[in-house]
Parts: sequence; structure tokens; C-alpha cells
Amino acid sequence: MSRMGTLRRPLAEGLFRERPDGSIVLLGGFSPTSGRTHFPRLAACPYTGADDVEEVELPAEGTLWGWTAVTARPPGYDGELPFGFGVVELTDGLRVITRLTVADPAALEFGQPMRLVADTLQTDDDGTAVVTYAFAPSDGASGTRG
Amino acid sequence: MMDVAITGIGLHQFGRFESATVTDMGVTAVKAALADAGTPQFQAAFCATVYSGVAAGHKVLGALGLTGVPIVNVEAGCASGGAALMLAAHAIASGQYDTVLVFGMEKMPRGIIRSSFFEPWREQGGLAVTPAYFALRAQRVMRESGITKEHLARVVVKNRANGAQNPNAMYQSATTAEEVLASRIVCEPLHLHMLCSPNEGAAAVVLQRAAGNVGAVRIAAAALRSHLPGSVLGEATPMSGIDDTDITPPSTLAADDAYAQAGIGPEDLDVVECQDTDAARELLGYEELRLCERGGSAALLESGATERGGRLPVNPSGGLLAKGEPLGASALGQVVELTQQLRGTAGPRQVDGARVALAHTVGRGANAAVVVLAR
Repeated sequence: MSRMGTLRRPLAEGLFRERPDGSIVLLGGFSPTSGRTHFPRLAACPYTGADDVEEVELPAEGTLWGWTAVTARPPGYDGELPFGFGVVELTDGLRVITRLTVADPAALEFGQPMRLVADTLQTDDDGTAVVTYAFAPSDGASGTRG
Repeated sequence: MMDVAITGIGLHQFGRFESATVTDMGVTAVKAALADAGTPQFQAAFCATVYSGVAAGHKVLGALGLTGVPIVNVEAGCASGGAALMLAAHAIASGQYDTVLVFGMEKMPRGIIRSSFFEPWREQGGLAVTPAYFALRAQRVMRESGITKEHLARVVVKNRANGAQNPNAMYQSATTAEEVLASRIVCEPLHLHMLCSPNEGAAAVVLQRAAGNVGAVRIAAAALRSHLPGSVLGEATPMSGIDDTDITPPSTLAADDAYAQAGIGPEDLDVVECQDTDAARELLGYEELRLCERGGSAALLESGATERGGRLPVNPSGGLLAKGEPLGASALGQVVELTQQLRGTAGPRQVDGARVALAHTVGRGANAAVVVLAR
């Protein structure tokens, strides 16, 4: 992946942190009083309403819990079609709704090890790449696609 | 049992109607329901709609010279009509009103539903795709309950056969499992014909205190619930969650409330209309509404019990798979169908001897509504 001289912006602020090597880490919210983690981070704990939510880095590894592929262009989306979409259960038990780098449902299976990657959704008219989080099979070579 | 009768029903066909405004369709349904009830004076009106904009109910009643009474516009996603009916029925039961008009109408945009429920970044990220969420839920319930694609096709075949007998359905033709499975895949495992069409239409009912309406169809229960926190694939559609199996879904919460209000159990039902936004949603509904044990929906379908002529027909109207889904009108459309069933006026769709009926809607919010009718 080349980023030299390329403008990049995240899909939304606060979803993930990008490291100098181009890898990313998801940013969740953790409430010490409720003991619960959520994603993306909200102002208050969505389980109890507690306002003691702290930013927490989520595990980058997990297993595949559910998946499909989107084959028709949904409103507001300018990225490639088809694209993978599913739920990954992180190693801490949190289930995260996510883009998947694999758009062929037949190529995936329940419980398959998955890992977090950065994925380029689209390139804006001014050349800015819009970066999102996605999960890829851990044994695959898809890495930091885009 | 609540002391509330359904004395009038009205419908504008569900489908696509280029020349009709959403107000036009609401007017058609309201006029029909009021005429059916003998043109009573009503003291309040509740209007269910999601996409019709500001004061949609006022525009319908304004077109009929029927304003002046309180008009409450209600949005509760796919369950909007159930929410409006719950408010109206309990207002009568509490003594606030004697006669209430409840109506709902919608003119849905074409294509994949765009909802302000999702922030723009979720749309841009491909994380706001309604049929993709349906597909993930379908995959889970298929895995947990031994449901196959053939079962999903059978639900579509059943409901479309029923819809072929319904002059108010969008699709009035039967289909075959082969046709369903040959339709294109929208989101694996869901094929195009396994998904209902967002469309247009309207429905209305008149509720009155039951005293003096001997023999009328009565509302035995009207319940509305939202979701409990924590479910990753519920209609609340969060971005993360912790569990899906130990959290009671809103449809079960509403059903249990309704059974308690009515003083009945699922074994007492004669006919059901349930949310079949996609074919797997109907099967999940069997389990959530306790029509069978958890994991038993495929067996219930295979037994033929939910076919017209079976022990417990489900979606004799054709369901949303045949009628399409105009959000604000769909729940009241179920109530219109079931009132006809209990009156014995459902014609070729009639479930013989039906006396107790249940209507179920669930959708964005999450909102789940369950209405029990009895005669």
C-alpha cells in the first residue's frame, strides 16, 4: 500500500486509530462501573447510561460469527460491489458489525479466524482516499488492501 | 380482555400507484373504515406513518373536513400501525374516549430502504444496508434452527399462494420453489423473491367501546415493546453487541405482554399474521411468538400447520411477501385481514371457524407490536 503523497481520511472520526505503519486499531468505549465494552465509543454506556466511558483499544483478532455479501448498490455508498459484510466476534467476546474483505460468501465459514485491516472504501474527487476498518481471514494475504 | 371493539375497517390496496398521493391513499382507507362503522363521530385519531413527513394524519383528515379532534402522528418503524392501535385501544379502555379512528399510510421510496436511522458515515461505509442485516439474521436462525433455503422458499410459496386470493395484494400470483430459488441473490442466503417489496398503501380501523357492539370483533390485547440492550443483530441494529441468545427479543416481550393482557396462550390462536419482511423473518417469528419451541420453526412449517387449511394458518392475507410493505399501513393491514377472518368475510382466504387471531409487526427502533383479536 502506498500512502506517500496520498491524502487519506477515516470514514468517521473516533472509529479507529491509524498507526504509522498503516495498520489500525478499533477504538471502543469501556465503562468501569458497568464492566461493559461497546463500539463505536459513545458518550454514555449503552447498557447502563453510566457517563464514565473510557476509550479502549479493541482486540484486532476474532472469529467469524456471521456474513453475507452486498450485491446491489445501497443508498449513500460509492465503494466497490459486491462487498463482504458480517459480524466478527472479537477475542474479548464483543461482536462487531463490519465490512469484510471477502465478497464471496462461499469462501467463508463459521468460526474462521479473522483479523482487522484498513480498507480503502473510495477515492473522493480531490484524490482523498476514504479509509474504513474491515476484517480479513487471518490466513489470507489480503493484508492492508488499498 | 379490553372493552374495545373494531367496528369499521378500510383499506387502500398495497402496491405502486403513480397518480395517488399518500394523502389520497389515507383518505380512501379512512372513508372506507368510517362507512363500514356507520359513520360514527370519533373523539381522537392516531395516524401511523414513517416517510410521510410533518402532520401527515392532519392532511388526511383535513381533506375530509374531520379535523378539530386530537390527531396524533405515530412513528414506530414497521410496527407504527401497531403502536397507533395500542395507543387508541388503551385510550378507550381507560375511559378517555368512546370512539377512535386509527389509520396508517405510506408511499415508500423505491429500492433499498434509506433510513435516517443511520448516520451518513454508516451509509458511506456500506454499514446501513437493510437486506444485509436481514441476511445475517437469516443465516443465524438457519444455523440455529436447522432451516434450509428450501424452507425459505416454502414460506414464499405459501404466502404468495395466499396472496393470489387477495385482491388487495401487490403480487396476486402464485409462485414455485424453483422460481424463488432461481431469483437473483440480493444478500446470501436471501434471494430477491424471499424479500418483501417496500411499496404504497393505506389501512384504517374504527375502534369503539365494546358495550353496545355485541358480536363485534374485539381487541383482546394490544402490546408494544422496544429492544433490550445487547443484541447485535436485533432491529435496533447497533454496531456491536455481546449476545443474541440470552436476550429476550422485543417480539417475545410484546407477545408475552399480549398473551397476559388477553388471558390466553399461543395454543388458543386460530390464525396469525406475522412480520415476513423476509422469509426467514416469518420462521423466526414462529419461535419468538411461541407458536413453536425454540428451534422448532422448520418442523412447524414442514407439518403444514401454517398453510391455509392447516392447524394455525400464518399470513392468510399473503403477508408482506405478497402484499408488499407500506410501513405505516402494514400492521393495520394485518388487523383489517384478521377482522375479516373473525367476521367470516375473508372469502377464498377464510380460515374456517377462526375466533382468536394474532397480528405481529417488528422493525426499526427496535419496535415490536402484537395485537390479539377475538370474537
